[in-house]
Amino acid sequence: MSALIDGAAWFASGCFGVAMLLALWRVMRGPAAEDRVLGLDTLYVNGLAMLLVFGIRTASGAYFEIALLMALFGFVGSVALAKFLLRGEVIEP
Amino acid sequence: MTGIESPWFAVPVALLLVAGGLLAVVGSLGLVRLRTFQARMHGVSMGGTLGLGCVIVASVVASSAIAQRFVPHALLVTVFVVITAPATAMLLMRASLYRGRER
Amino acid sequence: MKRGAPVLALVLAAMWLVLNDTLAPAQVLLAALVAAALAWWSARLRPLRPRLHRPLLALGLLGRVFVDIVRSNLSVGRIILGLVRDRDIRSGFLEVPLELRDPHGLAVLATIVTSTPGTVWVDLSADRRTLTLHVLDLQDEAAWVRVIKDRYERPLLGIFQP
Repeated sequence: MSALIDGAAWFASGCFGVAMLLALWRVMRGPAAEDRVLGLDTLYVNGLAMLLVFGIRTASGAYFEIALLMALFGFVGSVALAKFLLRGEVIEP
Repeated sequence: MTGIESPWFAVPVALLLVAGGLLAVVGSLGLVRLRTFQARMHGVSMGGTLGLGCVIVASVVASSAIAQRFVPHALLVTVFVVITAPATAMLLMRASLYRGRER
Repeated sequence: MKRGAPVLALVLAAMWLVLNDTLAPAQVLLAALVAAALAWWSARLRPLRPRLHRPLLALGLLGRVFVDIVRSNLSVGRIILGLVRDRDIRSGFLEVPLELRDPHGLAVLATIVTSTPGTVWVDLSADRRTLTLHVLDLQDEAAWVRVIKDRYERPLLGIFQP
């Protein structure tokens, strides 16, 4: 692994870490419930990107599969939360 | 020099990683700095489109360079994120409008 | 009702092969079987079949959307960082009259609008005539309406509603 990519990967990991902290601040701060859901949505997208960066640094394929699962489950979670805010029910009869 | 050590692969991957990281930070900064909920949604879609896109292209280039052939599987993450983002955005926007009317 | 969706089956098979990262004959055969079965079985879940006219126009639209995503990312980034000082940023809702009625075309329009930062899809009126968007930098409403209609809706009309 070249030093250039390693340095860039560390920098990118740091950036995504900061982005996740900012999103976490929005989750805790609110003020409305939809702000918290939006913060959670940002949190998982940045976490997914961070895992991909780990995958580049370690040259391992396993992180990619976890990132794929995070994309799917994060979407389902965000939609369920947003639907609950909208209708007070996730799956309507 | 072949594979990931070659500057033909290393320089684009490094540039894409730096760009992706910066875009994600700016997007999340928008989540903190912008004043209304509707405005904050724009910041989020920044990190989710180009920020994530840069990292995914970097991942495709890096894994292709390591395997010495084209390995496109990280692009599937883009496909899922791009297909699913409008559904989340639309539902959240409607939820905020609906709840804003109720308050 | 006509059964089987060849494009859907092809996409599913390609996705299976990319996910497994292989082109081994056994995997290709398995991919073909799974994709054909899923496409046949899900046909009844999709009452409306999309019809793609003019695929070249679709490719051009894809390239244009990619350029727009990069450009709007940069402009939204400048607004967030507070680099636009010469004027006030006013964000608000925008109503766009639509001619596009095809549901698949509208779905693609929603994807385009949401993936370009700076515009978020809010609502489509029940008669599918008016689209409400939220725009971060609503300087000139007429210009935004023109962008949506000329850059995105016109090619989509050509692709889905010739």
